[in-house]
Amino acid sequence: MIQFNNVTKVYQSGDKEVKAVNRVNLSVEKGEICVLIGPSGCGKTTLLRMVNRMIEATEGLIEVNGENIQSLDSIQLRRSIGYVIQQTGLFPNMTIEQNVSVVPRLLGWDRVKIQHRYNELMDMMGLDPDEYRNRYPWELSGGQQQRIGVARALAADPPVMLMDEPFGALDPVIREHLQNEFLRIQKTVKKTILFVSHDIDEAIRLGDAIAIFNAGELMQYGTPNEILSNPRNEFVSQFVGSDRTLKRLNLLTVDDLLQRVAAVRQKKQKSYKEACGGSTVRRDSDLRNALSVLLSSPTGAAAVVDEEGNAFGNITIADFERLVEVHPAQLKSIVQ
Amino acid sequence: MELLEFFQQHWGEMLAKTLEHIQLVGLAVGLSILIGVPFGIYISQKERLANLVLAVAGVIMTIPSIALFGIMIPILSIINHGIGFLPAFCALVLYSQLPIIRNTYVAVKNVDANIRDAAKGMGMTTRERLIRVEIPMALPVIMAGVRMAVILTIGIAAIAAYIGAGGLGDYISRGISTSYTTMVQAGALSVSVLALGSDFLLGQIQRWISPRTADSK
Amino acid sequence: MPEKKWENVVRAGLFLVIISFIGWAYVAGSFRFIADNPDELIYLLGQHLKLVGLSSFLAVLVAVPLGIFITRPRFKKFDWIVINFANVGQTVPSLAVLALVMSYLGLGYKTAVFALWFYSLLPILRNTIAGIESVNPSVIDAGKGMGMKPSQILWKLELPNASYAILAGIRTSTVINIGTAALAFLIGGGGLGDFIFTGISLYDTGIMLAGAVPVTMLAITIDFLLGKLEKRIIPKGLHWESD
Ligand SMILES: Nc1ncnc2c1ncn2[C@@H]1O[C@H](COP(=O)(O)OP(=O)(O)O)[C@@H](O)[C@H]1O
Ligand SMILES: [Mg+2]
Repeated sequence: MIQFNNVTKVYQSGDKEVKAVNRVNLSVEKGEICVLIGPSGCGKTTLLRMVNRMIEATEGLIEVNGENIQSLDSIQLRRSIGYVIQQTGLFPNMTIEQNVSVVPRLLGWDRVKIQHRYNELMDMMGLDPDEYRNRYPWELSGGQQQRIGVARALAADPPVMLMDEPFGALDPVIREHLQNEFLRIQKTVKKTILFVSHDIDEAIRLGDAIAIFNAGELMQYGTPNEILSNPRNEFVSQFVGSDRTLKRLNLLTVDDLLQRVAAVRQKKQKSYKEACGGSTVRRDSDLRNALSVLLSSPTGAAAVVDEEGNAFGNITIADFERLVEVHPAQLKSIVQ
Repeated sequence: MELLEFFQQHWGEMLAKTLEHIQLVGLAVGLSILIGVPFGIYISQKERLANLVLAVAGVIMTIPSIALFGIMIPILSIINHGIGFLPAFCALVLYSQLPIIRNTYVAVKNVDANIRDAAKGMGMTTRERLIRVEIPMALPVIMAGVRMAVILTIGIAAIAAYIGAGGLGDYISRGISTSYTTMVQAGALSVSVLALGSDFLLGQIQRWISPRTADSK
Repeated sequence: MPEKKWENVVRAGLFLVIISFIGWAYVAGSFRFIADNPDELIYLLGQHLKLVGLSSFLAVLVAVPLGIFITRPRFKKFDWIVINFANVGQTVPSLAVLALVMSYLGLGYKTAVFALWFYSLLPILRNTIAGIESVNPSVIDAGKGMGMKPSQILWKLELPNASYAILAGIRTSTVINIGTAALAFLIGGGGLGDFIFTGISLYDTGIMLAGAVPVTMLAITIDFLLGKLEKRIIPKGLHWESD
């Protein structure tokens, strides 16, 4: 869906040349979230802004939906791509409804359709359409403003979205809340998203794929699991952190763990719940969560239940050893 | 050039007129500082009163200067000073109130609450805090107000020549009434140079007293 | 509470001063001149309004587009020249500007309009540039990224968001212009300055006030009206920024 072929950007600052992006090759699949991550100044924003031609590439080819972006009119291109930035860039002179309707209006949609779309988007964002319709951006909290920013970018239903650290300025609690909501929305809208972040936890949580950059060069590109289990070089393993193994716990569910231990453990028990002293964990919860349940369980084990609450298996702390090469004592310090 | 000749022939008198001009402006702004700064500090703790005072000062500013002179003349005629130095002086004091009061008010009000808090926490008394922290921090902004007042009053003092207050405006008024173009130009140029020079000088002082951190240039 | 009391004292005091001044002037017979010469007053008032109206209108017509022009990306590197020019120009006293223009163009109505136009130009120009340049860059970036054309960015984002500063510049400039126009009489431009300066030279309080009072009222009224207009024109979302 989005394809970078040997893309390079050189800035001319004074008589010095800055190679902000250096021969990057990257391809993002349709309906996926690709997180661009790396230290400040590594060229993430530059790479992102080349896609909607806010910045023109010095060399290389960028394709969106199989079309070379150079062959498209830049104004039309931008109207067909959603754009969200950290500073929100909401228009202070316009009401919330006007802000959200900007692109549909530019595209000449009719009134009824625009209004309908506004209501739909606000519902999707979990904000009451009528309550906010005539309010102005400054009357909203940071989290609400950023949600409006996302709604505005989604307004014309663009297949591709560019998001530059959209949650970067929010406090951690609000940020996590918005990340979850964002994932929920993405499940229904299924956009192809380039998402800039400097927070590895955010990248792991949101990304279907992660591209790690350093000084304008792509260091590694892969799924979160690949990057965490197999950092390609020193830089990547440093960047993802020493607790990268444990970060993987976020990515795996109890089901994944059961699949791995099932091969080893043969015997089946009748009543898992009693055997585990009443501790239960749902099959779809992530392993970080499961681990904290296990650590507080008196028996060191927990029954695994399905969506209806019926226990069908169990897990123990020892099972984790099969998954991650760490000692159980170390696990404890992570969860707390 | 005629203009140069004019300056050569009249430089002694021009210098005297310039000093007269500076004296008028200096005395008026001096008194304005004595009134406006304490007053600005006083109202900085009193929001409602401040709004009112600033509104009144704002209305005074909208009164055209020559009209204010016209209004001063009959009033001051009662004490036999209808024209001359006094009405000009009074008008200049009135005009320079707004920039000085407003800037003092804004400056004192905007002293960073954290810094004020820190000073309190260090056990400074209100007086010490005002002298050691708040006034030094507010000084550059107050100075900017004084600078505005000076530029404003230099221009108005030139008009005051028409009510007999003297100064460089005399050359303009005499030049116009006698159709002596060179004299008009000499007056206009010298009063402009005085304004621009004062602006530059006060700008330097303003920068010099600004805290080093704010000294970005 | 004492603050409220003070406020009332100040308000009452001010009111008293104005009333007593008018009363005293009336008793002294100062308004007789106005009452005896209504036609002349109306004529000079009309002349004054024409001077101000024409010069201010032309100033807006030139300054706002010039301010827009100089803030376009490709000319932005030259904006400091215009800004410094406007700053220096505003530091020059109004009487000096009138006198200098007169010394080159001679006495007359057109000279007066030109000088007033030039002096009114500067605050508007300065505020237009400052207003446009103070629009949050992320707002412009977002507009561009959403596919707005440069003209749409100007009309839908830059000008509405700079409207407070631009209108404030127009208001200040017009009010100053009303006062400066009172000096236009000196360079042959007519207007209410006629009464004021005649009154001063004849030492006649009546004639002087016949010019000074209307010109003061005119300035205060126009300032008030333009203030109201500002409130109507400025987008509602921006009102919180203005005090
Ligand atoms: N307009 C510009 N002119 C010159 N250098 C720039 C410009 N924009 C960015 N850079 C430089 O390019 C590099 C990458 O910048 P950026 O893409 O903003 O990084 P990131 O978003 O990863 O923090 C940095 O070294 C930055 O200083
Ligand atoms: Mg960036």
